[in-house]
Amino acid sequence: MGQSEAGTVVTAQGWEYSPAPERTRPKIDSEYGLFIGGEFRAPQTGRVFDTINPATGERLARIAEAGQDDVDAAMAAARAAGPKWARLKGRERGKYLFRLARRIQECSRELAVLETMDGGKPIRESRDVDLPLVAQHFFYHAGWADKLHWAFGGRNVKPRGVCGQIIPWNFPLLMAAWKLAPALACGNTVVLKPAETTSLTALHLAKLMQEIDLPPGVVNIVTGAGETGRMVASHPAVKKVAFTGSTDVGRKIMEELAPREIPLTLELGGKSANIVFADAPIEQAIEGVVDGIWFNQGHVCCAGSRLLVEESILESFVARLRDRMAQLRVGDPLDKNTDVGAINSGEQLRRIQSLVTAGQEEGAILHDVQSAPLPDKGFWFPPCFFTGVQPAHIVAREEIFGPVLAVMSFRTPEEAIRRANMTPYGLAAGIWTDKGSKIFEIASRMEAGIVWCNTYNQYDAASPFGGVKESGFGREGGLHGLRAYVQ
Amino acid sequence: MLARRAASFTRRSIKADSKRSGLRLAVSMLDLTTLEGADSPELARALAQRAIHPCPVRLDQPVPSVAAVCVYPRLVPVVREALAGSGVKTASVATSFPSGQAPLDARLAETDAAIAAGADEIDMVISRGAFLSGRFDEVAAEVRAVKEVCGDTHLKIILETGELATPDNIRRCADLVIEAVSAGRELADGEVFVKTSTGKISPAATMPSVLLLLEAVRDHFLATGVRIGVKPAGGIRQSKAALHMLVMVRETLGQAWLDPKLFRIGASSLLDDLVRQLLWTSRGHYAAMHDVAVT
Amino acid sequence: MSRLPVVKTGKLWIGGKWPRSESGATFVVENSKGETVARCALASRKDSREAVEAARAGLAPWRDATSMLRGQVLYRAAEMLESRGDEFTTALRDGGMAAATARREVELTVDRMVMLAGWCDKIHQILGCQNSVAGPYHNFTIPQACGVVVAFCPEDPPLLSMVTLMGAAMAMGNAVVTVVPRSSGMLGVLLGEVLAVSDVPSGAANILTGDIEPLLDPLGGHREVAVMVSSGLKKAARTRLRLAAADGIRRVHTIPWTGTDWEDDAETCSPWFLEQFVEFKTMWHPAGV
Repeated sequence: MGQSEAGTVVTAQGWEYSPAPERTRPKIDSEYGLFIGGEFRAPQTGRVFDTINPATGERLARIAEAGQDDVDAAMAAARAAGPKWARLKGRERGKYLFRLARRIQECSRELAVLETMDGGKPIRESRDVDLPLVAQHFFYHAGWADKLHWAFGGRNVKPRGVCGQIIPWNFPLLMAAWKLAPALACGNTVVLKPAETTSLTALHLAKLMQEIDLPPGVVNIVTGAGETGRMVASHPAVKKVAFTGSTDVGRKIMEELAPREIPLTLELGGKSANIVFADAPIEQAIEGVVDGIWFNQGHVCCAGSRLLVEESILESFVARLRDRMAQLRVGDPLDKNTDVGAINSGEQLRRIQSLVTAGQEEGAILHDVQSAPLPDKGFWFPPCFFTGVQPAHIVAREEIFGPVLAVMSFRTPEEAIRRANMTPYGLAAGIWTDKGSKIFEIASRMEAGIVWCNTYNQYDAASPFGGVKESGFGREGGLHGLRAYVQ
Repeated sequence: MLARRAASFTRRSIKADSKRSGLRLAVSMLDLTTLEGADSPELARALAQRAIHPCPVRLDQPVPSVAAVCVYPRLVPVVREALAGSGVKTASVATSFPSGQAPLDARLAETDAAIAAGADEIDMVISRGAFLSGRFDEVAAEVRAVKEVCGDTHLKIILETGELATPDNIRRCADLVIEAVSAGRELADGEVFVKTSTGKISPAATMPSVLLLLEAVRDHFLATGVRIGVKPAGGIRQSKAALHMLVMVRETLGQAWLDPKLFRIGASSLLDDLVRQLLWTSRGHYAAMHDVAVT
Repeated sequence: MSRLPVVKTGKLWIGGKWPRSESGATFVVENSKGETVARCALASRKDSREAVEAARAGLAPWRDATSMLRGQVLYRAAEMLESRGDEFTTALRDGGMAAATARREVELTVDRMVMLAGWCDKIHQILGCQNSVAGPYHNFTIPQACGVVVAFCPEDPPLLSMVTLMGAAMAMGNAVVTVVPRSSGMLGVLLGEVLAVSDVPSGAANILTGDIEPLLDPLGGHREVAVMVSSGLKKAARTRLRLAAADGIRRVHTIPWTGTDWEDDAETCSPWFLEQFVEFKTMWHPAGV
């Protein structure tokens, strides 16, 4: 018998989480060349630029700036490697992709940390979401390489040839996987242009390609900014172009390629709506809405950046949303407990800030929860949402590409459908209701390429992804994603 | 999405000070339980002693006592005596635990007897058969009847989530019993708990099923201002699982529920692992079972 | 004094374990010089019942795993097979095959496994579809696993046929009982060993070695078996199998390939070969607010 000796366990502030830093560090070179013909080489421009960690501002490495001569060399290497690569039995091509998938799995941790350091997304996401999907894409497409005959109804298909691929900064390695895996599986060779703020994981992927003895020239990587991308897209050697990025740049690419008859796939911006009915499973809808807009700091083309709530539940839904938003931890992306990381660049941060300011000036009401102080270095924008939003407001129409949600209401299903479709974009939509028939009816009427029903942000190599209207055309992933890469 | 949200709590990384304080918090929330046919007074006394002094070794920061010892009604007097003056509560199961398949008057009489013998807390079981057959009024009436017998004695209501089979059922059942026990009363915070399981079947306290209870309790608080307690029980053997539960409580209900008055964990071997983890954080070596298990 | 080799005992592979035949019976595996290289278990009717029970128990974890995971497991089996290629080559040569042919068969077999692994998460996109019905409904036809599949393997080509039949059944999410003739006994044991280290859940795959004839009735008539495939059986045996299956109205497929047919990608990699290992479910759901 005896008294408890411990006293109170929990301090006055409550039970807080200690820092939980990820300790693995990848080896980062001080400078990277362009990956052409299976080796790294200095750019003929002689110019390099810095890539920084947006959470700290520190320079991570110097990246080569590819000019026209460099792009020409990459295209020549891709063209030269084409015939032999295309002649390989599908099964053998598939084996290269299986090998690459295995290496990616083995190096997952380092690649995840590198992705976080270069781009700003939380380590937990790059570790648990990005990297597994990257490996899956290569595994999935490896298995198609010897089955294309059946993928296209018994027709004997051929590769297109050299593919020019330009990818964005929000899921750098995953976007590289989405582009490379189907192209290679179908027997094409590639010139890839990563986003200028996030080149590192693509360059490390190139090192893995060397390790698995991928024939030189099958994949070439030319780093640089928008101008380098333009050179890739418009190069005469290119037989197919794939671009993921903003609608504005997509438009420019279309204009650039207008005189040519080559296939183009575009995966552009979005202003996707989550529609929550009163008969929705509310707890789950909250999770879906939260994940839809605040996952990856809102840097997601298919982010659920508009919320349409049935009016009868608007007030209680918004209250729950606010509580849930307050749980999100903004901070060091390398801390395993961080939910919302750094904004990718100063430029993007300024864009978000100006749109949010404009939103307030138009009369929408901003709700944000600033609990912990933000670090003074780096680019940060804490999650927030607007209420009192009208469909004509700038925050309801323009893609912010940040952790900002615009909340509106509706009274009938017809109104919800109309409001959801009232946008030049058409990438994704979310529908929340427990009534099955409603799901199927509304899903078929959404002007969107992906409809998530009672879920959000689900991605799989087997599931075709892509938009309609100004969100682009063409699909990536699944059977349908192979189409663009064969003739 | 329920599974996804529940899983998200398991991805929190609880290290260093937060781990140490979390482990100690978990110990202080334990309802150290023995509910076996072979239980004896000697065993119950040993358990009670363990409940007061969970760690046989003195650490810099003392390990707190657990919250309660939970036994069958027959062992209540022994446990009560062994715990006297310690602050650890005597909890008793009643209402024909674990099946609940006895006539109502027998179940109520057992409850009464356990309280008379000195139980501070009663853990009751609901009629799952009635619930699954849709006889909700019957379930509610029984809960009210047991509450009536309990008076001010704390009551924990076991839903047996593993038998309820679907998340919708679990949530509905939680709402039902909370409403039943609240009807016509002003409950004090922590006077009533909803509890997941008897611990006698699998699945017992899974993350999704506990989350459903936390959400029901949260919604009740938002509507009435009353705080109902939550107790996961059964199947929680590792410290990691206990810490995940604490994360889930913190991020669903907030700091107020991180207190033995409002959150308990029903377990037996968990204490061994919590103490082992505390020894490790304190000394840097992994303890052997013989270092910690003293019953 | 020369060293006495430790001769391998080949046993059955049932429910993730390696039991001898309950009958205690064995048969000798000899090489082309007439030397004993191993003894294998001779599977009895009772063993075959055990195997079906094990397959039934092992079905759910395999069938309900994601197709991606099944692909990963089969790809791993290919890796394991590749790394143990020498043992398989030796076993083939013991059976009388020339060295170069044996090596080639092992390589074809590894590639076959890789091919099947790649189908796991794609076959639905070829065999499944949405059906455009004349009303406000969404209608989908999806391929699903059949359940327990029994595969009776031919003598030739010994390894390639075994892996093709077993692998196809498994790739489609079925649990399989593979019956392997005496001449391929040791190959069956080796294949079981490869699968056993590839994260295949217990019972999802089972291998019986020995005489096929006595097992036609017990397996053909076992009502837990959903589908039977066979290759290399004589007409009388095929008839007996179909008669046995009639009781439970179970599907029976004869794979007509012989010799180099098994190497023909157009046939062996085709979705319409795999189609025999699935069942089609069609679901209707109304569309309307």
